[in-house]
Amino acid sequence: METVYSLKPLLAVLVSLVAVAFIVIPNQRPNVRESWTILAALAKFALVASMLPLILQGKSPAITLFAISPGISLALRVDYLGIIFGLSASFLWILTSFFSMGYVRSIPEHKQTRYFASFAICLSATMGIAFAANLFTLVIFYEILTIATYPLVIHRETPGAIFGGRKYLVYLLTGGVFLLFALALTYQLSGTVDFQAGGILPALTAKSSVIMLFTLFLLSFGVKSAIMPMHSWLPTAMVAPTPVSALLHAVAVVKAGVFGFARAIGFIIGPSMLHESGASGFLAALTAATILVASLIALRQDNLKARLAYSTVGHLSYIVLGLTLFSPSAWIGALLHIVNHAMMKITLFFCAGAIHVKTHCENVSQLNGIGRQMPLTMAAFAIASVGLAGIPPVNGFISKWYLVQGSYDAGQIVFVVILLLSGLLNAGYFFSIVVRAFFAPSDKFTRFDEASKLMIVPLVITAVLSLLMGIFPDRIPYFFQLASSAAQSVFGGGGL
Amino acid sequence: MSSLSILIVASLLLFCFISVLVGIWRLRWAYAVALAGMALALVAAGTGFYRVLADGELRYFLGGWPPPFGIEYVLDHLSAFMVVIIVFIGLIAVIYPPEAGLYHTPRRGISAYGLVLLLIAGLVGVVVTGDLFNLFVFLEIYSLASYALITMGGDKAVVASFRYLILGTIAGSFYLLGVGFIYFSTGTLNMADAARLLTPLYGSPTIMAAVALIVVGMGIKMALFPLHVWLPDAHSYAPPVVAAILAAIQIEVAAYVIVRMMLTIFQPQYFIDIMPITTIIGWVAAAGIIFGSVMAIAQKDFKRMLAYSTVAQVAYIGLGIGLANQLGMIGALLHILNHAFMKSCLFLVAGGIRYQTGLHKISQFAGLGRKMPLMMSAFTVAALSMVGIPPTAGFFSKWYLVLGGIEANNWVFVAVILASSLLTAVYFFRMIEKLFATPSGGDPAVEQAREPSARILTPIIILAIGIIVLGLINALIVSYVLQPVVALLP
Repeated sequence: METVYSLKPLLAVLVSLVAVAFIVIPNQRPNVRESWTILAALAKFALVASMLPLILQGKSPAITLFAISPGISLALRVDYLGIIFGLSASFLWILTSFFSMGYVRSIPEHKQTRYFASFAICLSATMGIAFAANLFTLVIFYEILTIATYPLVIHRETPGAIFGGRKYLVYLLTGGVFLLFALALTYQLSGTVDFQAGGILPALTAKSSVIMLFTLFLLSFGVKSAIMPMHSWLPTAMVAPTPVSALLHAVAVVKAGVFGFARAIGFIIGPSMLHESGASGFLAALTAATILVASLIALRQDNLKARLAYSTVGHLSYIVLGLTLFSPSAWIGALLHIVNHAMMKITLFFCAGAIHVKTHCENVSQLNGIGRQMPLTMAAFAIASVGLAGIPPVNGFISKWYLVQGSYDAGQIVFVVILLLSGLLNAGYFFSIVVRAFFAPSDKFTRFDEASKLMIVPLVITAVLSLLMGIFPDRIPYFFQLASSAAQSVFGGGGL
Repeated sequence: MSSLSILIVASLLLFCFISVLVGIWRLRWAYAVALAGMALALVAAGTGFYRVLADGELRYFLGGWPPPFGIEYVLDHLSAFMVVIIVFIGLIAVIYPPEAGLYHTPRRGISAYGLVLLLIAGLVGVVVTGDLFNLFVFLEIYSLASYALITMGGDKAVVASFRYLILGTIAGSFYLLGVGFIYFSTGTLNMADAARLLTPLYGSPTIMAAVALIVVGMGIKMALFPLHVWLPDAHSYAPPVVAAILAAIQIEVAAYVIVRMMLTIFQPQYFIDIMPITTIIGWVAAAGIIFGSVMAIAQKDFKRMLAYSTVAQVAYIGLGIGLANQLGMIGALLHILNHAFMKSCLFLVAGGIRYQTGLHKISQFAGLGRKMPLMMSAFTVAALSMVGIPPTAGFFSKWYLVLGGIEANNWVFVAVILASSLLTAVYFFRMIEKLFATPSGGDPAVEQAREPSARILTPIIILAIGIIVLGLINALIVSYVLQPVVALLP
């Protein structure tokens, strides 16, 4: 890709950080405070979206700020991969902001200023991760994201929330420590940390070094991507308010881990070198096991958010599995699944939030007949469930199709079987909720009574988008083209 | 030739006397005089630093006697770097108001600020002198000042100070004995001259004994595990301003002496190959990092936790020296700077909490975060830096140390640095959780707590901002200041 100088990546990162200063102004009315969030979210999405035409022309907006260590710069560069993550996260932040407003006011939550301020910092960090031009920059934003999410996890300040926060920190900071090690080892092995499609390790790197580096990436990015056995922070962190779970634990934080894998495999180690070292097989097996085990655990969860959390664990491993396979199709599937899963899972979390606000039900067993009271919510829930099970015409089918094809191309029939089996399990744990909601008799939920519009409109939008992206995979907004270009650049060697 | 180096020391000494004399008449004026003295010293130190970067080494012959006959003062990259840190932290500590920072100031008109200036003058003197014996004199000056200052923390502090006095004197004697051996063998006390004369004597057992004595003596002074036993009491009972100075700059000066020995007076090879000093320091420091961190986790008192944290942090510096390569040494020297900012910030926060609420146990701090948001935000920045979260300064010390560890192929050291980040996280996040996420138990001290006055907040906020700025500009510091220092290393 041709690099063009642009201020936009920096502005996209900074806009929400600037908004924090306005959000924390004391003694302002909640409406004014939330308008800063909304403004920042819209501005951020507009900035990211405005870079899309350039990217589609094969040009890469970039900006180098200053040296952060001799020979390493703090630098941002937007490529195919980065814009996929950036677009989806910034778009979903807009919807989540509206949803959050409805949510925190209906509950009502305390310390809302801290809540919205932390959220804005998290989004800045997410953009920084998406647009980082080198591993050092990525690590800085990755750690900022870890820390900025902590206040949101402990937001309720109950003993459960504090326990969740501790567990979150133990897992995530341990991952961060391994990431620092991986960063230093990358620098020592290749003398640079700049991302380059196809990898930057010198051709003569010892196999043992490659395996060690990959293991370190696994131990660091694997935590945020919730690969078993490093996943258990994620279900515990579900004590956070639902919009936090929706955006951070389905889109930003966990996808930052997955995105880190994409950078590490495609842009640091390089798929061919990784494949030759044989280390990827271990991770592929681990993710395959995670997919099955997480799905089985999800089947047994009665708490709705816990079920969604384990489903997230499983789907994150879909993506990582795709990235480890030596096949462009698998990469396309994985990258598409970053977006598709985000869209579907955020719908489900929005639904869970709406149900919680309206009925205070948190368990699946309490949801008999809720479809009569909240038909829109449960319809959206049904669409997203169909998608996550990988059934057309919802977008989950498209990404799964490529993942299956990629597994086949890579000669790994066993993963084809696992992906199909996981689809059945997904159907099992999601459809049971849908069936319960619409067909089970109930005397509790009889009247039509949806949550406030601030909450319903976002979840309808994401559900409809999931459907549209399934029917027209390349119309909105070129995700298929971006994903295949990214995969081509990684496998084409040396970059397009 | 430039008299800047001696000017810093001399002006500090002068203002020290003025401050004491004025203090007899008007106690408040002693504070103003000390402030003026430190500000002047900072201007001189800044000028010296700038000129060293622009023109290279600045030398001054005391009384006009050229070395090796007279005493020489040298401002090179390393000493200019140290002087700026010492004087800056000293100034911050003096700005901090005495009512919060020195709670047992003696009555009857004796100003503690005279002692603070004397302490800073001694520290600067050790760093700028080019003479081995003159270094000992300044070592004793700053030590005596610090013994006296520690006693101002109350009854327990007197005992702690006495223990420190005994061990500190032993350390000083070790150093003096070592310098004596070098003098017997070479007939010179000038560092540059000794460096030249010592080269043919590298096989000599006398020189080996001298080096061992000096390193052990300085190991006591810098509280390198297992020679740290005096530190936890002395630093936790000392008044906050004193503790800030001791932890942030005083013990680091002892580390400076070891680095100076290794890089200037001897060739690095002597400390690496001929005597296994870096190896020993490295392994001892690795043990010290773990020990200090674990002990810090076990503490209930905030200042005592900080004191054990210092044992661990100063061991980082030792570990960097022990790695015996450029990257490790850069990490060590950068950590002197970063730790100075972090630890002084934390001790000043401890003083602020104590002054506003009278509390000092971590368990009592529940809910304070909402009462003092600004000071506790500064605390959080310093704590995150201690843990090593980018882009704060603490991350970058770890970055260079890990790079150095990988280059030295020393995976144990790498593991220790990384593991200690997690241990540090345990004791700092425990406190962050208490401050911000635990509801106050209705303790009236917490309920009535208010944000401290601007005079207390200003130095704390300056340090917190400094921590972030130092992180972002670390590449400049490393390229322009530290890389020339470590150029001799492999």
